[in-house]
Amino acid sequence: MATLKELAVREDRLTGGHRMCPGCGAPIIVRQALMAVKEPVVVVSATGCLEVSTTIFPYSAWKVPFLHSAFENSAATMSGVEAAYTSLKKQGKITGDTKFIAFGGDGGTYDIGFQSLSGAMERGHDMLYICYDNQAYMNTSVQRSGATPRGASTTTEPAGKVKQGKVMTRKDLTECMVAHNIPYAAQTIVGDWRDLTKKVEKAMSIKGPKFINVLQPCQLGWGYRMDLTIELGKLAADTCFWPLYEVENGKYTLSYTPKEKKPLAEFLKPQNRFRHLFKPENQKLLEELQADVDRKWELLKKKCDCFGTEK
Amino acid sequence: MVQVVAKTGNEAMAEAMRQINPDVVAAYPITPATEIVMIFSQFVADGLVDTVYVPVESEHSAMSATIAASAAGARAMTGTSSQGLALMYEMLPIASALRLPIVMPEVNRALSGPINIHNDHSDTFAARDFGWIQIFSENSQEAYDNMLQAVKIAEHPKVKLPAMVTTDGFIISHCLEKIEILDDGTVKEYIGKFPAYTKLLDTSNPITLGALDLQNYYFEHKRQVAEAMKTSKDIILEIGKDFGKKFGREYGFFEKYKLDDAEMAIVCLGSFAGSAKAVIDEYREKGVKIGLLKIRVYRPFPDEEIAAALEHLKAVAVVEKCDGFAAKGGPLYDEIKSCLYDKKQRPLVIDYITGLGGREITHSQIIEIFDELKHTASSGKIKEAVQYKGVR
Repeated sequence: MATLKELAVREDRLTGGHRMCPGCGAPIIVRQALMAVKEPVVVVSATGCLEVSTTIFPYSAWKVPFLHSAFENSAATMSGVEAAYTSLKKQGKITGDTKFIAFGGDGGTYDIGFQSLSGAMERGHDMLYICYDNQAYMNTSVQRSGATPRGASTTTEPAGKVKQGKVMTRKDLTECMVAHNIPYAAQTIVGDWRDLTKKVEKAMSIKGPKFINVLQPCQLGWGYRMDLTIELGKLAADTCFWPLYEVENGKYTLSYTPKEKKPLAEFLKPQNRFRHLFKPENQKLLEELQADVDRKWELLKKKCDCFGTEK
Repeated sequence: MVQVVAKTGNEAMAEAMRQINPDVVAAYPITPATEIVMIFSQFVADGLVDTVYVPVESEHSAMSATIAASAAGARAMTGTSSQGLALMYEMLPIASALRLPIVMPEVNRALSGPINIHNDHSDTFAARDFGWIQIFSENSQEAYDNMLQAVKIAEHPKVKLPAMVTTDGFIISHCLEKIEILDDGTVKEYIGKFPAYTKLLDTSNPITLGALDLQNYYFEHKRQVAEAMKTSKDIILEIGKDFGKKFGREYGFFEKYKLDDAEMAIVCLGSFAGSAKAVIDEYREKGVKIGLLKIRVYRPFPDEEIAAALEHLKAVAVVEKCDGFAAKGGPLYDEIKSCLYDKKQRPLVIDYITGLGGREITHSQIIEIFDELKHTASSGKIKEAVQYKGVR
């Protein structure tokens, strides 16, 4: 893995001056991911915060080729770019080694872009898809998505007098991608640059379709102090709300095991979207959420034991 | 070297695609266009083309991937019909706004619902205002010729717009006809190298495409698409003429059949023109001065030229396979009437909405239309301006 010293001298491929919110985790993901790639890279993005805030015509924050066309088609779009590259290279019309990264938020990835992503992964395009998962439609003011966790209050599934935010459990997209039998699928967070860099580097070394799901704290939608972004990312990992792991050719590996698994409440408490859960009458719901995290964590550990790398 | 062969509309279009040899094709099956991509896939499997074929999971992704490939600097194509085109609607104006010269065969088919797989023009008409050039074909020969010309038109430096070439589902797509095919070398030379105007893959000169375009720029960008559409009119004529000079079949915005000395005429698109011409011949033998205007280029709409071709007539029957559902009439009727409005002398215009969902337009129905047209021309009165023909 590239050292911090090496990374520090690499070009920043997403310049400052874009219009993302202060404290937003998304540009951190993009900068770190692109810094981890040594080769020339072409970027595609779904419609969303990242795209609208970095490409307000006639300005662009991207120092790499960047293409956006619609919301639900980031993966299909990259399929076309990669197909063009393969064709032109095969015909000797272009040379060199270029990498391809498609970005999408959770709305553009879990929901409206799910089919497009699934198709692209199944077809085996040589690309990395990075989902910046902030667990709701943040660009349009915090509507619930398939990635929104149970109990979170959003503008389309708010907490109220008879309902305590989202009723259903979130979709586990990383596992959906594992089920596509792609060579590499992983989860990481904003807040662990080492893990993110390592995973992007690994993805880049593998030919074929790759998927990385990055939990991205969103100060606007989650409702926390904007200096807590990194800390919340770390808390998501330390509470096992968002375990860091990777699946390489079917082999599960935990990337991080907290020394001491923290209670879920420590992750939930700084966020306004979970505020209602701390009312005495919601004690049971909070316990259920904890139990759900525990169950999934145990299951993941079992998968790592059963289908993990031989030690 | 010209080869005379028997080809269905779909085979003719697939053959044109083989000769065009695009860098990328991304497509999804849909009746009755499926055959085009099936035949083309075999060309790929047999190594007859350099194309990378992307078997996408939907037409939305087909158009998305085609747009992306074109933006990357590749000659990119797809093909579709009906629901498939409808699923692409979101992406169509993005292709034209990015000024990508994509060429797409589109086999005209009724839109659901109810679901129906047969021909009408609802699908293509609904896509008329997306900044795509739309070229209709009457038969397999025209489909083949139009495909080759569409590449030249779309890729012309003054145009840089996507183009769809249509045939009529089953009536043309699955009908075996004798056509002339040019040899591969001639086509290769004719269409030339792809002039990649947009090179996303050029990582040493990074560009941003598909930026957020707000109140201060969006309008100008759309205006540019409109201007390119207007400019394409000259190019379409130029290329149509040149095609005639080179290969013996000249093309314009429309075909005039016994129109110049006519007193009344049918205006239509696509395969129906063949049936109408046969009945026109019968009437001409009886001394009735009836003619036909078959629109080939529906977008850009050649309004002035159509008006000039029709203004001398007493009566015109627009026969169209698309309903406006309580608009003034069908879309073609609206536009024909509109372009004639500024003429001092203009014909009476009747709209016949017909053939929806592949309903056959019979010989006797065409006679009914002609007889009513005769009556309208002689009486100077329209009985009913918008009519349905052949519906129970």
